[in-house]
Amino acid sequence: MKIDDLLKSPSEWVKADGPNSKIVMSSRVRLARNIRDHPFPGWAKKVERQKLLDVIQPVVEALPEMADHFGDSMDNISAIHKQVLVERHLISREHAAKNVGSGVVISDRETISVMVNEEDHLRMQAIKSGLQLKTIFKIIDRVDTELEEHLDFAFSPKLGYLTACPTNVGTGMRGSAMLHLPGMVLSDQINQVVQAVNKLGLAVRGLYGEGTEALGNVFQVSNQTTLGEKEMEVVERLNKVVLQIVEHEENARITLLEKKPKLVYDQIGRAYGILTNAHTVSSKEALNLLSLVRMGVDLEIFPAMARATVDEMFILSQPAHVQRAAARKLTAEERDILRAELIRTQLATIPKPDLSHRPRGDGGRAEPE
Amino acid sequence: MLCDICKKAEATVHLTQIVDGKMLKVDLCESCAKEKGVQEAAGFSLANLLVELGAGEASRVEAPGVQCPLCGFTQADFKKTGRLGCSACWETFEPALASLLKAMHKGDHHVGKVPAKAVHTLALNGRMQELAEQLEKAVREEKYEDAAQIRDQIREMEAKWKKTVGAARTTE
Repeated sequence: MKIDDLLKSPSEWVKADGPNSKIVMSSRVRLARNIRDHPFPGWAKKVERQKLLDVIQPVVEALPEMADHFGDSMDNISAIHKQVLVERHLISREHAAKNVGSGVVISDRETISVMVNEEDHLRMQAIKSGLQLKTIFKIIDRVDTELEEHLDFAFSPKLGYLTACPTNVGTGMRGSAMLHLPGMVLSDQINQVVQAVNKLGLAVRGLYGEGTEALGNVFQVSNQTTLGEKEMEVVERLNKVVLQIVEHEENARITLLEKKPKLVYDQIGRAYGILTNAHTVSSKEALNLLSLVRMGVDLEIFPAMARATVDEMFILSQPAHVQRAAARKLTAEERDILRAELIRTQLATIPKPDLSHRPRGDGGRAEPE
Repeated sequence: MLCDICKKAEATVHLTQIVDGKMLKVDLCESCAKEKGVQEAAGFSLANLLVELGAGEASRVEAPGVQCPLCGFTQADFKKTGRLGCSACWETFEPALASLLKAMHKGDHHVGKVPAKAVHTLALNGRMQELAEQLEKAVREEKYEDAAQIRDQIREMEAKWKKTVGAARTTE
């Protein structure tokens, strides 16, 4: 499969059809594995990296899960395409910087992707819409079991799977859920939640992982520890915490609508107004406004069919996706113009905010008069 | 108090995170804190920061001459990158990493998935765990003769384990 065929349609995980997908945009589980007695990619010489890539890449491409796939060496993938893959959460930002001696294999629906010679020899992930961490763990666990028949993974009975970084040793597993939390951001509760989650041994990060901003009110929650706990225990713990955050977010939205309905409708209305009329929009502004429109869909201010459009725009408004749609090199200004045009056209299919089903337009919950 | 990272400037940012009941503490100066993204509410993990600091710590405590026999990796390299060189490095540097792993993770040994090739060693693994506990007890009770005996048993098992893994190893 060619990369253009892969990228033609949006990733399956964007389809927002999974459980709890109003608030949980996607779930992801990745495993880190290394080949015994070979230098890790960061320490290996170019020749050694290339040699291992030549061994690993065909094994991954032969997986039954990869019957239809895109696979290539990183030096054969253009900078724009690499960035598109990052924006779709199929490769890491670190991996996008790799060239000769590193590779990637992605299944046709973009559910499974394997990075070869990232920080570890193999980083394999499965990603799906909504909250379904257990299902995803099972998918990637099977991939791992199939791979270990052909590859000699570095494993110690005491420390488990051996990885380049001590933060990954043991299970080599990082599970994460991407959460859309505008209610808690608007009501200033997000910092409390971040702290509470940290105390539970889980990390909270921005949209594109470590050290990135929480654009569009999107946060990633993931496990920090990999040693001393079974994979399923970690997955279940993460699942439980995510469900709690979902509940908090729902409560935050209800409280907001009770106490400050006008603020909520104003924010959503303005976001819709700007996006349907703007002629230049940065990706940061786009994400933050799309987030509010998305919440509007959750609150039934916009019809349910609008969700797919908004979720697609979350990805399609990212810089490399806009660049790719243009099929020519754009300046940042040109990109902002094209982005505004793209969003304007798409949002034209969504009717104006409708508060009619909310009695008296104040959130439907009568306050004492 | 000096900054844990640059060891030059006065530490003005004091961080404490409680992870699973274990307290992690770090003191940083203004500029190092900024550089490490400590100011951001989201996207900051003390554990990752500790890896870097721990790396520095380890290389100060241990002899700097220690080198991985397989890939030539040294503790100085670990200090620089916070990453190890190859799977064999784990054996070489494990003693230096023990306290770091303890601070960072829930436990000090793996209880998760075991590759099929290593499954037949699982029983061995359980026995190893038992022996390790016995060893600790013997040392605590100052029964050094027993301790030496248990230690020999552990070594023997380790050798056996390596042999089985070696035999199961596939050709590349």
